[in-house]
Amino acid sequence: MAADVAGARRTPWVLLSPSLATISLLLIVPMLFIVVYSFWLRTATGADQVGFYLDNWIEVLGDRFYRDILFQTLLIAFYTTVICAFVGYIPAYFVANTRMKSKAFLLLLLMLPFWISYIIRTMSWINILGTSGALNTLLISIGIIDDPIQMLYNQQTVVLGLVHYLLPFMILNVYVSLDGIDKNLTEAAQSLGCTGFQAFREVTLPLSMPGLAAGSLLCFVLAAGTYITPIVLGGPRDAMFANLVFEAIVTQLNWPLGSALSLVLLALLGALVVIYTRYLGIDQIAKSFK
Amino acid sequence: MDDTKRYERLLNRYRDGDINRRTFLTALGAAGVVAGVTGGPMGILARKAMAATPEQVRFDGWGGVVSEAFEKYAFAPYTKKTGIEVVSGTFGGADEYIARVKASQPGEFNLAHLSGVFDYARYHGLELTSELNEDNIPNLKNVIPTLVEPLRKITGGTISAVPYDYGTTGIAYNRKYISDDEAKAKGAKLMVDEAYKGKIGGWGEWKTRIWYGAMQSDQDPNNIQDIEAVWDMVRAHRDLALKYWSSGAELMSLLAEEEIYVTEGWSGRIKALQDQGHDIGYLDPAGGLGWQECLFVLRGSPMAACEELLNFMLEPEVAIAVAEGQSYPPALDPQKIELGAVIPTLPAFDPSGTLSSLSFFDPAYWNENEADWSKTFSRVQRGY
Repeated sequence: MAADVAGARRTPWVLLSPSLATISLLLIVPMLFIVVYSFWLRTATGADQVGFYLDNWIEVLGDRFYRDILFQTLLIAFYTTVICAFVGYIPAYFVANTRMKSKAFLLLLLMLPFWISYIIRTMSWINILGTSGALNTLLISIGIIDDPIQMLYNQQTVVLGLVHYLLPFMILNVYVSLDGIDKNLTEAAQSLGCTGFQAFREVTLPLSMPGLAAGSLLCFVLAAGTYITPIVLGGPRDAMFANLVFEAIVTQLNWPLGSALSLVLLALLGALVVIYTRYLGIDQIAKSFK
Repeated sequence: MDDTKRYERLLNRYRDGDINRRTFLTALGAAGVVAGVTGGPMGILARKAMAATPEQVRFDGWGGVVSEAFEKYAFAPYTKKTGIEVVSGTFGGADEYIARVKASQPGEFNLAHLSGVFDYARYHGLELTSELNEDNIPNLKNVIPTLVEPLRKITGGTISAVPYDYGTTGIAYNRKYISDDEAKAKGAKLMVDEAYKGKIGGWGEWKTRIWYGAMQSDQDPNNIQDIEAVWDMVRAHRDLALKYWSSGAELMSLLAEEEIYVTEGWSGRIKALQDQGHDIGYLDPAGGLGWQECLFVLRGSPMAACEELLNFMLEPEVAIAVAEGQSYPPALDPQKIELGAVIPTLPAFDPSGTLSSLSFFDPAYWNENEADWSKTFSRVQRGY
C-alpha cells in the first residue's frame, strides 16, 4: 500500500523529468552562469577575472546613469503599451464580433506579421518615413509640403517601431478575452436600457480587462527588453536598457558588467510578471497562444 | 602526442582497416557527445579534431561587396585548386565578432578579415593569436612592410595575421549641399558645423568618435592632452547629428537617400557610392585616420590549411581582384608589384607604399584607454 502511494507520488515527477531537465539546462543553468559572471571583473585586456567582487553591482545600483536609462526604458515601454492597448482593442473587437464567414482569415491576417523578420519589419519604416521615403514622396507630389520632413531617428519613431512589432500580441490577447464573453450579457444590458456604448463600457470592457492586462504585460515586457528598434530607428541619444547590456557585452567585452545589467532588467520585469500573476493569473496569456 | 595527432592516428587506423567504420564513428560520436555535454577537456579534443580537418576552413568577414569579392576572386579558385572548402560567415562589426570568438572554443572560428592593429592587439590580449609559419606564406614578402611591422611588435616578432588591405575613415559629403572648397577649409570641423544640424551623421564607434573629437579640438589623436575638450566635441557632434550609423550598408543608405549630408565614412564604401553615380565628395583631412585590415588566423585553427589560403589570397592577381571588388587598396607593396590600372585610382592609395601620409591608431595608447573611454562614450552618447 505504502509502495503504491510512493509510486503514485513519483509518477508525476518521472513524467515531468524531461521538461524539468530541459528547463534546467536551457534556462536555469545559463541563468546561474549569468549570476556567477556578474560577480567577476573585466581586466584591462578584456579577459575576465574570476572571483567574488561586488564592483559591478555597486556600479549598476549606485550609478544614476543606469537608473536614468532604466527609467527612460520603462517610459518608452509604457507609451508603447498604452498605444498598443488603444490601437489594438478596435481590431480585436471587430474580429471577435464580426459575423463575416472569414473570421479565420482575419485571424490569419493577425498572425501574418510574425512570418516576417522583426528586423525587416522595423527597417521597413526607413522606406516609409525616410527623407525620400513613401510618405514624404506622397506629400511632396500632392503639394502639401515642398521639402521633405525629417520624421526618422527620434524617440517617436522608436515607439512607432515597437508598436508595429507588438500590436499583434495585444490584439490576440484582447481578441481571446472578447471572444469568450457571452454575447447574451450585452444584449441583456441593452434590454435593460443601456445604450450600445453603455453596454460596452459596463459589460464588455470590464470582462475583457484580463485580456487587455495580459496583452499589456506582454507588450510592456517585450518592449522593455528590446534593443534592435532604438538601433535602427533611434537617434544618437535614443537607447534602452538592453542597449547598455549589448554595449557592455559586445562593445566593451565587459561580460561581468553586462551580466549585472541584464539581471537588473530581468529582476524588474520578473517582478512585474509576479505582480501580474498574483492578481490576474498567468493563464490568461497562455490562452492567446492556444 | 597532442590531441590532433590522436585524432589523426584514429583516422589512419580506420583508413588502414584496423578498425571498422562503426567503431570509428562510435568513438568520434562518443567523444562528440561528451564534448558537447561537458565542454571540458574532451571538448577541446573534439574541437581540435574539427580544426585539424583539412577539408574545410571557416572564414568570417564583413559581408556585402567585400564578402562577394572574396567569394568570387579568392575562395572559389582556392577550393578549385586545393579541394579545401572555405565556409564563409559574416559579422556586423569587429566588437560583435570578438564577442562571438570569446564565447567560442579554439578551432570553432579559423580565419577572419579584421580591421586595424587595435583589434589585433585585443585578440592578443585575450590570448587568441596563433603563430604563422611565414615559410608557408612566401607571398608575404610582397606586403608593405609598414603594415606588417606593427603586428610583429604586438606579438613579439611573430605574426598571427597578414595585412590584406588598407583604407581611410575620411569625411564624406554630399556635393549638392557642400562644396569641395568648404570641405577642405573646414576639415574635421565640418561635422560640428551648426549649419548642417540634423544632416550630420557619424559612426557610432567610440574610437572613431574620440579620434575625430581630438581632431576637432586640434589635438593629436594618439596623444590626447585634454580629454574633456574631446568629450565636448563628441557632445557637440552628438547634438547636431541625426544618426550614428553602425554598418557600411547603413552609411551608404544614409548618404544615398540624402538623410545626411556629411559624415565620416570608409573610403571603399564612399568609392562604391561614387561608382553608383552619387555625387559624394571624399576628403582625408590632415592627420586623417588610416587603418589596415588583416587576415587573422585564430588560435586552434588548422594552421597549414590557413597558411595555404593566406598565401593564395596574397597572390597578386587574387589580391588585386579582391581589392578592386571592395574598393580598398591591397596591402601589396606597389614598389614591388604592378597593381594594374584600377588600384591607383582608389581612394587612400599610396603609390610610395610607405603610408607615411596616414595616421593609425596607436594600439598601445588606445588599448590602455579602451575600458575607460568606451564606457564614457556610452554615457556621452546618451546625453551625459
